[in-house]
Amino acid sequence: MDLKDKLISSFMAFENNVDIDSAVHDERSDAIKNFEEKGFPSKKEEAWKYTSLKSLQKIDFSIFPKEANALDYKDVKRYFINEIDTYKIVFVDGIYSSFLSETTHDGVDICLMSSALTKPMYKQVIDVYFNKIASKDESLTTLNTAFSREGAYIYIPKSKMPKKPIEIVHFSTGNEASLLLQPRNLIIVEENAELQVIERHQSLTENEVLTNSVTEIFAAKNAIVDYYKVQNDLSTASLIDNTYVNQKDDSVVNVHTFSFGGKLTRNNLNFYQNGEHIDSIMKGVTILGEKQHVDHHTLVHHIQPNCESHQDYKGIYGENATGVFNGKIIVDKIAQKTNAFQQNNNILVSDKATINTKPQLEIFADDVKCSHGCTIGQLDDDALFYLQTRGIPKKEARALMMYAFANNVLESVRIPELKTRINKLIAKKLGVNLGFDL
Amino acid sequence: MAYTEEELKKELETKEYEYGFYTDIESETFPVGLNEDIVVAISKKKEEPEWMTQWRLEAYRVWKEMEEPEWANVQYSKPDFQAISYYSAPNSKPKYDSLDEVDPELLDTFKRLGISLDEQKKLAGVAVDIVMDSVSVATTFKKTLAEKGIIFCSISEAIKEHPELVKKYIGSIVPQKDNFYAALNSAVFSDGSFCYIPKGVRCPMELSTYFRINQAGTGQFERTLVIADEGSYVSYLEGCTAPSRDENQLHAAVVELIALDDAEIKYSTVQNWFPGGKDGVGGVFNFVTKRGLCEKNAKISWTQVETGSAVTWKYPSCVLKGDNSIGEFYSIAVTNNYQQADTGTKMIHLGKNTRSTIISKGISAGKSQNSYRGLVQVNSRAKNARNFSQCDSLLMGNDCGAHTFPYIEVKNKTAQIEHEATTSKIGEDQIFYCNQRGIDTEKAIALIVNGFSKEVLNKLPMEFAVEAQKLLEISLEGSVG
Repeated sequence: MDLKDKLISSFMAFENNVDIDSAVHDERSDAIKNFEEKGFPSKKEEAWKYTSLKSLQKIDFSIFPKEANALDYKDVKRYFINEIDTYKIVFVDGIYSSFLSETTHDGVDICLMSSALTKPMYKQVIDVYFNKIASKDESLTTLNTAFSREGAYIYIPKSKMPKKPIEIVHFSTGNEASLLLQPRNLIIVEENAELQVIERHQSLTENEVLTNSVTEIFAAKNAIVDYYKVQNDLSTASLIDNTYVNQKDDSVVNVHTFSFGGKLTRNNLNFYQNGEHIDSIMKGVTILGEKQHVDHHTLVHHIQPNCESHQDYKGIYGENATGVFNGKIIVDKIAQKTNAFQQNNNILVSDKATINTKPQLEIFADDVKCSHGCTIGQLDDDALFYLQTRGIPKKEARALMMYAFANNVLESVRIPELKTRINKLIAKKLGVNLGFDL
Repeated sequence: MAYTEEELKKELETKEYEYGFYTDIESETFPVGLNEDIVVAISKKKEEPEWMTQWRLEAYRVWKEMEEPEWANVQYSKPDFQAISYYSAPNSKPKYDSLDEVDPELLDTFKRLGISLDEQKKLAGVAVDIVMDSVSVATTFKKTLAEKGIIFCSISEAIKEHPELVKKYIGSIVPQKDNFYAALNSAVFSDGSFCYIPKGVRCPMELSTYFRINQAGTGQFERTLVIADEGSYVSYLEGCTAPSRDENQLHAAVVELIALDDAEIKYSTVQNWFPGGKDGVGGVFNFVTKRGLCEKNAKISWTQVETGSAVTWKYPSCVLKGDNSIGEFYSIAVTNNYQQADTGTKMIHLGKNTRSTIISKGISAGKSQNSYRGLVQVNSRAKNARNFSQCDSLLMGNDCGAHTFPYIEVKNKTAQIEHEATTSKIGEDQIFYCNQRGIDTEKAIALIVNGFSKEVLNKLPMEFAVEAQKLLEISLEGSVG
């Protein structure tokens, strides 16, 4: 039985397990219908031209996790930004781990999707926000919607800001031979409120894991959201991340994506600007080796006038790695005075590495400034030579230049401890120790 | 100032297609529809050898199995391929020895088009192989060319007289099964141009062909084959105008260029087919496959100015097979009213040290949609490949759209690829500056558009540059938003 059939036949069992009287029931049923009709995307679809899910579909994933393995904090401490105090929402094999987590209801709600979906006190919020910007058409998003049960639920009321950043961490322990996880996050930031989130997916053993995650972010007027995705998983873990961001007037949303690992990673990042004077920022650093594959798929839909968007993605590809960047900017007819910028720079360091990039503009308004730039190249030999003449060994010189290449993106990380952590990850990935932090 | 903006807009909208007239020449037209019999009949009509007939039939059989592509960013009602007549030749067609013998009505047509043959013969020094509804009726300067060993004739003539060359190269770059329209063209192509430049010869003049679509309900399917043998050089011009008509006309051409070692081909196009009325009725469907192959040290340069056609779907490409070969693409695409253009290029880097340059300028006005779609592909063996791409779009008015779909696929670490694209409108301050220097708005726009497209216009041969500039002005004046 292939994965699609298995998922569809499991849906009934899943529905019986959760509350079928809730309003979400209809959303789930519609979603599974859409998935049943469309199935997994194939390479024939333009959006999936460079990324194949074929091999993943052959794996017999278990859909319902059994009992979670208990994890000791000291064993997984290194996966947290442990230098600072954070709120933590931790899942082990898809099941919430209250032992590792630190949630709150003190002024802000930082808790679980499962309680938000079932408890009456959240019903009003769920009715207004749940599944409102997530695509009802894209098959993998609807697959997640159909099975949506658990994930992070964050609600920041007007003019509030949580005392510390929030970490959302998904561990998989490998007590299943292969596991499919479908976390569903809902993040609402009300007027003048602010929020910082760090998200991470981590396998602890070499058992196959596929995560199909959907995150909906609503930023109201004047809200500020910083969202950091750290993707440094084992080479047996695959991730399909679907993030939908809805922005209102004067809001600023930053999404940083750091892709250093995993077997197959696909980031679908969608921004919808439903207001004026909005700023949307998407930045990414990708450093890959082995046979890793990362596909960044961004969409910025400029719906209202006077908004800005900035995209900056840097990629370094070695060994047999494949990188894909597909950035799409749509400017609607009424979205005059839009400024949309997109930049994608890549370095290939191996003959077997591949980069496919497709920066796309669709513009229907005339008074706009839209530009995109894309380069593929190598490290400058002259600069490398210069560094060597100054006594810096070749390997370190190369690493230094790659640091400089990625630094633009790192500069805008606003949590210093996270920046240090990312720097360390990059140094490790490049196999050098520079003895200083940039 | 002579005009207000409103008046200009009105004038532009009501501006009838300048070259819209219909020559009343009796044509010999086949019954409508397409089947194997028609394909065989076309082949018979043209007195083609058996291998050619078989080649056409092969293409037809492939075409029958294919589906019309839908990926392009254009919308139109699909042509009914069984409602088209696949062959039409002007009836009064003996071989002329001099211009005097040519049907005066036909000559008049050319005069109104501004290509008076005799004048051109004297002044321009351009050999014109005129394709009037598919069959070439006049060829000039053949003698001069023959002395150099250059073959420049219609493709049907080439099939008869130089079968070895045609057989070797036809379909070698654009195979019959390449795509839907290429397959259709391969099955039913009625005529086109053939050009062969022998080893080491530098073609002394610009070779040029004018295509026209004339007969009502006739699709035109030309096939062009240009072969530049080792170390040779040729500059080839192609220009088009078509009469105004309300039903959509289909045009599916195939152009194949072959540049052998050290050869250079420069291919320039000015396309000004009927773009449809201001309400979007009628106009030509232009679905063209153009591709060139570069062997060692060879160079192919495509230059195009696209102002006409209701729907354009065209990607002149270069396969850079040989080491050190060079591909270039310079394009201006102008769309107005309800025109739609999806155009761009493909640069396939296979050999070492290959270089390519892409400069694409899109100008959209009215309610038109203009897309750039390009592919730069660097193969794993293409060491030191270099590409520079630049796509700029200019928007006039807020009912039009500009789109960019660049695909970049790189499999070699020594490749250096740069791509940049911008979209903007003509700045009010730019116009204001011109105004205060005493240049009226209309002229200012012409000036700015000219500057915007200068990089491409500069690449056109002299004869075309003037015409192209004029076309740009006609297509755009008064469309400022």
